[in-house]
Amino acid sequence: MPAEAIFMAGKIGFVFFLVLNLAGVLGWVERKQSALMQDRIGANRAPIFGITAIGLFHPLADAIKAFTKEDFIPARAHKLFHTLAPFIALVPALTAFAVIPFGDTLTIGGETTQLVVADLDVGVLFVFAIMSLATFGVVLAGWSSYNNYSMLGGLRASAQMLSYEIVMGLTLVGVFMVYGSLQLTEIARAQGEYFVFGGVNTWIPKWGILTQPLAFFLFLTAAVAESKRLPFDVAEAESELVAGYFTEYSGMKFLMFWMAEFVEIVVISALVATLFLGGWQIPWLHPDGLHVPFTAIVVGLPSLVVSMMGVGAFLMKVFVLIWLQMTIRWTLPRFRYDQIMRLGWKMILPLALVNVVLTGFVVLLLNR
Amino acid sequence: MQQLFYVFGSLAVASGLLMVLQRNPITAAMNLVVTMFSLAALFVLLSAHFIAVIQLLVYAGAIMVLFIFVIMLLNLQDDELRPRGRNFIHLVSVAVVLFAMAQLWQLLSRTPAIPLAPVDEAYGTTGEMGMLLFSDYLFPFEIVSILILAAIVGAVVLAKRRLD
Amino acid sequence: MPPLNHYLALSGVLFFIGVAGVLTRRNAIIVFMCIELMLNAVNLTFLAYARFLGSMTGHVFAFFVITVAAAEAAVGLAIIVAIFRNKETVNIDELNLMRW
Repeated sequence: MPAEAIFMAGKIGFVFFLVLNLAGVLGWVERKQSALMQDRIGANRAPIFGITAIGLFHPLADAIKAFTKEDFIPARAHKLFHTLAPFIALVPALTAFAVIPFGDTLTIGGETTQLVVADLDVGVLFVFAIMSLATFGVVLAGWSSYNNYSMLGGLRASAQMLSYEIVMGLTLVGVFMVYGSLQLTEIARAQGEYFVFGGVNTWIPKWGILTQPLAFFLFLTAAVAESKRLPFDVAEAESELVAGYFTEYSGMKFLMFWMAEFVEIVVISALVATLFLGGWQIPWLHPDGLHVPFTAIVVGLPSLVVSMMGVGAFLMKVFVLIWLQMTIRWTLPRFRYDQIMRLGWKMILPLALVNVVLTGFVVLLLNR
Repeated sequence: MQQLFYVFGSLAVASGLLMVLQRNPITAAMNLVVTMFSLAALFVLLSAHFIAVIQLLVYAGAIMVLFIFVIMLLNLQDDELRPRGRNFIHLVSVAVVLFAMAQLWQLLSRTPAIPLAPVDEAYGTTGEMGMLLFSDYLFPFEIVSILILAAIVGAVVLAKRRLD
Repeated sequence: MPPLNHYLALSGVLFFIGVAGVLTRRNAIIVFMCIELMLNAVNLTFLAYARFLGSMTGHVFAFFVITVAAAEAAVGLAIIVAIFRNKETVNIDELNLMRW
């Protein structure tokens, strides 16, 4: 029992440490990457004792600034909801991490644990259910601010997030059919197997991006739309609505909305990495060591090293996907609102349904 | 476990009452979300994991967002809780509800306690639920899907503005 | 685990809160939300009985109730939006065109 408690505390600590720090640093990364892409220098100040470290202390400076700012609430705003909204936006995004596995089993001193905070049977559905609660934060922020820009932003956000939640769910049905589970650890583990055609092992891992290529692109698009970032950021379109639903927010509460956005990016990246890029899996690396393709040679590795490499691989995949999302953010211009709705309902949704039908046929044929 | 039932139970009742007593439609809707959240927690205590998640996903996440969307779209303001001249109906309805509750109390005090049936690990999981839905309850399942299709078509027809 | 009666009592109280709301509130959307509360209360009864009898049939019923509630919400809200467009109100006392 104590071992279990220590493992649990360690896992929760690791996840929180990772996600919160990553979200903080991402603010700086975003500014630096946009600068790179636009041929500027970007954030390079905020020195501590004369050391600037290419601007890495900017998140710290931002946090101090946000803490010391006046916490402004508009005169006719609904005070309770105005204060509650940033929390409702941030907390679900953090909670969603509980079911995402960040590594294979870890064995220390004879005690084994799966590297996930809560290995729920409903897995992905839990992530969707919790993330759908974040919509309330956005909508309440828009409604309670007593400001027309906020209201419009909240309205747009509610319709957009509601639509893309449905689309996101449908795109993943094919993945569930292929791996036969909703549990994220099982989906990730199933991706460690190899394609076998007619009894011949091809040594190509069954990653989601290979078994469900269409679903990968559809899900990524829907997920970016769900996180309301450019090119889907009509809810906070600064050229139309000032800042959309968080126009009337300042100081720490503003920072919480901003954090929620970055945490959501990390959640999406982790989810895509787990569902489509094999989670913690590294091709040909198994718990007992590295299997050399097309041979029976096994280079033995201690299990602790394999576990740590798994965690590293998962983080690498997450970083690559974060980079991808940031590149999309700074490459594409904003869609019009009706274009976003048309993309969701008239293009991604039918394609997702086609994908479900096709996957059904293939699974049926292969399992005969 | 036992304490959690009473915590979430009283939370559900309190927010349910607040919903009925609130003037503001958005506040009422948010109170209903709290009720649904606590009910989802109660479902987990009853080891109905799948239904609990569906409750959050469909009720709290989709239906209530739709409600709030419509309230914001129509820009509904606070409404009078007691319009003049309706006090009689109010009194009668509250009396009816109290009477029904008393009846329920009578009924429950006479209901014999059922012992808790033992269940295995698979109880309430997604897999088990799927097995039931696609074997014993396949026909109702298909009927429900046709119902949803009809609802989609109906909603689109109703909400669509006349083009002429 | 609390006894079954406690679950049934909670469910009943929630159901009657919903009934009271339907009878006393005048805003069509809030009346609608009260109906959702009643459906939820019924689901609690289904799941409590399912757990105490060790059968999953109650889960299937709760699942169908939730699906039907979703369909009902979509159509109902569409009707409310359509009524609002025509009459500029959602007060059910003013929607008395069919009253004799």
